[in-house]
Amino acid sequence: MLKNSKIIPILITAFFLFLFLTVEPVLARDSEESAFRTERINALVLVLVFSAAVLLYTRWAKQGKTLFVRKIPGIDAVEEAVGRATEMGKPVLFIPGLQELDDIETIAAISILGRVARITAQYETPLLVPVRYPLVLAAGQEVVEQAYTELGKRDAYNRDIVRYVAGEQMAFTSTVNGMMMRERPAANIFMGAFFAESLLLAETGNAAGSIQIAGTARPEQLPFFIAACDYTLMGEELYAASSYLSKEPLMLGGLKGQDFIKIIIVILILIGVILVSFNVGGWYYKLFEMA
Amino acid sequence: MRTTVPVVIAFLSGLVLAVSIFFRPDKTIIGQLEPELLVWVTIIGGFTLFLGAVSITRVNFNAVQRRKKGWGYSLLTLISVFVMALPSLLPSTWSPLFGDAEGSIYDWLFQYLDKPMMATMFGMLAFYIASAAYRAFRARSAEATILLLTATLVMLWRVPMGEAFLRSIHTALPEWINTYVMNGVNMAVQRGIIIGAALGAASMSLRIILGIERTYMGKG
Repeated sequence: MLKNSKIIPILITAFFLFLFLTVEPVLARDSEESAFRTERINALVLVLVFSAAVLLYTRWAKQGKTLFVRKIPGIDAVEEAVGRATEMGKPVLFIPGLQELDDIETIAAISILGRVARITAQYETPLLVPVRYPLVLAAGQEVVEQAYTELGKRDAYNRDIVRYVAGEQMAFTSTVNGMMMRERPAANIFMGAFFAESLLLAETGNAAGSIQIAGTARPEQLPFFIAACDYTLMGEELYAASSYLSKEPLMLGGLKGQDFIKIIIVILILIGVILVSFNVGGWYYKLFEMA
Repeated sequence: MRTTVPVVIAFLSGLVLAVSIFFRPDKTIIGQLEPELLVWVTIIGGFTLFLGAVSITRVNFNAVQRRKKGWGYSLLTLISVFVMALPSLLPSTWSPLFGDAEGSIYDWLFQYLDKPMMATMFGMLAFYIASAAYRAFRARSAEATILLLTATLVMLWRVPMGEAFLRSIHTALPEWINTYVMNGVNMAVQRGIIIGAALGAASMSLRIILGIERTYMGKG
């Protein structure tokens, strides 16, 4: 059986071969308008530079190079929150957002759920995970079951830890609010995509006296979480949480690559600001326009 | 095998979607794959609705059977699920009360129970905002005081009477708030968060595509 590391290069080669075979005949037949969207070449360059940076840092991490990642108090607080729940004998409530599984924020939330489930399994702390979509239910059940099995706590696993509660936004919110007031979880963890219900959930949790950790990439919901929660992961911290909790160098390499690109973007913004200030930035601005 | 197959599927799906935006859908197969794959997601999502129905029934049925705390709510949930779902699944040719057309049981329950309840929940948000704002705006530190002053100015600017009051101090004051607070400081911070989040999402996608990040399927 081939290992994943060997399969990936083979798949990349096969994919580009397929691409070449399907695109080339079209290009030869119709040379007036290219099958490739040349107007998006700037985005392709950014994708390639970004991928190269992430892969390079991942490779360095693999080779054992020490990578510094700043402390993120919100993620460190997850273990503390589960510990508090264990001491109090109360459950931990984890909400993986209100979006479908095709949303990257939900995938990030499911990854964090896997890490949280490992901690709750270790301490045998009850875990409650209400979800809004059946696909998230299936993924959540798989992740939690795997975490309990890997820690040898298969007996403590209950299929209803992850449960479908409602498909409607406000029906979901009222069910979860009721759950908070009846079960009084010691810790509420909100991770993923949230909308108008963010404050309804976080304020109810606050009233129930739970320690609350939230994480979302939606800037319009961040003020609500900051006002009502003890810790808030902002934007990119949500995506970093899983890697940070894993403490695996390979995963942390991706975060460093991301930081490198951020520095490049800051430099590009500064150059843009200077050029536009001197009224000579038209050509520079056009470089970043995408059709 | 349990790890390799999902990694391969994630790799191919991710790569196809990432590459397809660079090709014209009318000229290449690869360009047509993006909308096609998104249709697949919708179809799979439809099938999994059955899983949701099973989960909600099992959890609430167990709660009623074992008389768990708040079992009355579970009973109400079970009744609501079936009273709403069953008549809508029956063909409307049997009776105008079946199906989901106007005048059916489903439509009546949706219009006169579901919608008002949703609106009530949404309307309660105003009270939650008031209590959260009270906590956030207490001037306990220099930062909280700046927040309080800025929020007061923005709130005044957003209502006609407040705007008139601001104009009485200086005619250009509302425009200054718009330019420097909303389109300046506020916009800059929001864009910073958005750029960071977009890079985080791209980095995570890359980790998933390459099989480095596998926690979302219970591995690693």
